[in-house]
Amino acid sequence: MSTITNIIVCGVGGQGVMTATEILAEAALSLGFDVKKTEVAGMSQRGGVVTSHLRFGPEVRSPQVLPGQADLLVGFEAAEALRWGHMLRPGGVALVNTGRIVPPVVNIGLFDYPDDPVAQMRALGLALHSFDATSLALELGNIRLGNTVMLGAMSDRLPFPAQVLRDAVLARFASRKPALVELNREAFEMGRRAVSGESVAV
Amino acid sequence: MGAPMKVPAAGRMFMSGNEAVARAVWEAGVGVAASYPGTPATEILEVLANYPDLYTEWSVNEKVSLEVAFGASMVGTRAFCAMKHVGLNVASDALMTLTLTGAEAGLVIAVADDVGLSSSQNEQDSRFWGRFAHVPVLEPADSQEAYAMTHAAFELSERFRTPVILRMTTRICHVKGVVISGERVEVPTTGFTKDPQRWVMVPGHARPRLPMMYEREAALRVESEASALNLIVEGSDRRIGIVTSGPVFMHARDAFPDAPVFKLGLSYPPPMDRLREFAASVDVLLVAEETEPLLETEIKAAGIACKGKDVLPRTGELAPDVLKTGFARLRGEVVPEPEHVAPQPIFPRPPTLCVACPHLGIYYTLSQMRNLLVSGDIGCYTLGAGHPWNALDATISMGASMGIALGMDKGRGPTDANKKVLAVIGDSTFMHMGMQGLLDITYNRGNVTILLLDNRTVGMTGGQDNPGSGRDIHGNDAPRVDFAKLCEALGVKKERIRTLDPYQLPVLFKALREETKIDEPSVIITDRPCVLIDHYEPTQAYLVEDDRCTGCGNCLDVGCPAIHVTRRGKEVKASGKEVDLAFVRIETAACTGCGLCVQPCAPEAIVHADPKKTVQPMQFVRR
Repeated sequence: MSTITNIIVCGVGGQGVMTATEILAEAALSLGFDVKKTEVAGMSQRGGVVTSHLRFGPEVRSPQVLPGQADLLVGFEAAEALRWGHMLRPGGVALVNTGRIVPPVVNIGLFDYPDDPVAQMRALGLALHSFDATSLALELGNIRLGNTVMLGAMSDRLPFPAQVLRDAVLARFASRKPALVELNREAFEMGRRAVSGESVAV
Repeated sequence: MGAPMKVPAAGRMFMSGNEAVARAVWEAGVGVAASYPGTPATEILEVLANYPDLYTEWSVNEKVSLEVAFGASMVGTRAFCAMKHVGLNVASDALMTLTLTGAEAGLVIAVADDVGLSSSQNEQDSRFWGRFAHVPVLEPADSQEAYAMTHAAFELSERFRTPVILRMTTRICHVKGVVISGERVEVPTTGFTKDPQRWVMVPGHARPRLPMMYEREAALRVESEASALNLIVEGSDRRIGIVTSGPVFMHARDAFPDAPVFKLGLSYPPPMDRLREFAASVDVLLVAEETEPLLETEIKAAGIACKGKDVLPRTGELAPDVLKTGFARLRGEVVPEPEHVAPQPIFPRPPTLCVACPHLGIYYTLSQMRNLLVSGDIGCYTLGAGHPWNALDATISMGASMGIALGMDKGRGPTDANKKVLAVIGDSTFMHMGMQGLLDITYNRGNVTILLLDNRTVGMTGGQDNPGSGRDIHGNDAPRVDFAKLCEALGVKKERIRTLDPYQLPVLFKALREETKIDEPSVIITDRPCVLIDHYEPTQAYLVEDDRCTGCGNCLDVGCPAIHVTRRGKEVKASGKEVDLAFVRIETAACTGCGLCVQPCAPEAIVHADPKKTVQPMQFVRR
């Protein structure tokens, strides 16, 4: 295995993909890694596709994760996870939010949304954990917590302890919105639990 | 707002290329910095505005921003401006002559190319400007280099009395990496020295400065040969040696860790003697440059054999996998099959207008009208060309909607004689380069109806302020332009200028119908603020009463992303014609209550989600 960890976080503009990757980067930085993070986010605030690439290790040169190179693919939206499935390396793992965001081009009948993106990924032989992060966030009363749920889900699949990522999440809220620290701690642990029971189906 | 931030102390930071440039500009003692927002360069000034001890501004366009920076340099203060690639086209008129006067205090122009067109109307190579204007070009490969080269650019600018181009790309601007930063060093202003021979560029003064410019370029060529910014990374596999610059350096190092690489940091003028030596040390020289074969052509012209665009693509980014394919082609090897699953065909997810975007009402109305010729412009509202509205016929460059409309009006033949000509332009784009076009329309008696979409911000780039927002770059109050008065001053008759609310569809429709009938220029100003800025006030949200929805799909024609289809069906009309039905729901949590979808809903199935809420519902005119 390469000494560099390659992660792709994907979703839809406005979901907090870039912020989540930023926090992940902060965690890696806190351990002294060299880190690069890049986005493919054309007009991302407008509901388009967002993919965030994160690479860390002793020395990172190109910021881009290439197809077949990702150790971890984190899909904030089901169809987006399917769209980027080819980024996973053999043996890589996908964490997929089953929540769907249907774009206007589907609503007006120009294209179809896949019937079951997660099943389609499994059929391709991709190893994945799927869970409904959107509903978990709503259970806690705020859809914005979906971001932290996803970070929690990632936390046990990184080359460092989950606590490092949790600290990075909570540190961010402690400095910006202290009232939300406890809620985010809960969301983080919810995300961890959501992917701990299920075995990776290949 | 308004108070500068507490600047983080020097140290290890995680910064985008844009943030790194801003930090270095501040550290370099710059006194004046100006920019017009443009992806991917916008954040440079946005971040810089938060630093203390320097003047920053949003200029009305890139040409003005360069002129502001030049003026400051002339009076002896270090100056900086930033723009996207197409911005330098606009600023080039100033550049092509200020290269003759040269800079007094350091003058650096950061220009960001959008290789791969993530958010631009074209893909162009700003390295040409170095050749055209005979000024040096620096090309960083990551955030740390963006930081260091910004410092180097000011030093070079002052040593050679030249403006310097810092050429970035999206893959530098928007990539975050580790930067080791320093502290600000104040650079005292040297003051202005009156010298018309140098500063007043009339033919008699400019003529003797031409050879001086070429002497400067020759001296920079010598500098380039010696510069530590141009370096060789040794490699054990000498079958192919790579010449590269910018982000491609990092990609090349990843793709071929054993190949020798000549990295150009000061890429113009190129160090041709050293390149010749390097070429002699490898079997084949491959020039890996994004977009144009610029270095390749120059290296070949110097009599050095090399490969380049014959094996590498002419457009888009040269990511490591793209380089590997080109390499294999060059060596006559087979490209190995990928070990990953094939990319799956899936619906596209193009950018959309936001929920309740005021532009929705405009494009919905235009899509309901027939026989129009509509020129568009650059901004969020360019999305009106897409589904479901398909409401724009042309878009090329900032402000061009005006001239295009006039040209269509004057040039149309019999097949287009009955059509109405419209131009659609946003507030910021109008001030950037549209005003002159409107003056041309009124002066030349064009028959054009202009839709001036005033949403009080530069929307597409993330909501920057402009003279139409009434706030400066720090968010402090600033004089606000009066668009109606401005249009009147540009020659539009007062009675032909209307200001209206684009949420009021019947009012908008009536105004458009009336103004397009009149054979003279008219302006319809729409005055709803962008939903993403704090001027915008949401009202009561809506939902769809399922049992009343007839599936007509009228609301879907508005194009709001909060409207979702729940089920589809078919119905046979009395005429025997079969029509598709689409029953909908509204994502109430996202809905701001703009009421746009309520107005075309014939069965009145769209109602307030929570009528008891105290927030006022949107008041609108029913048909």
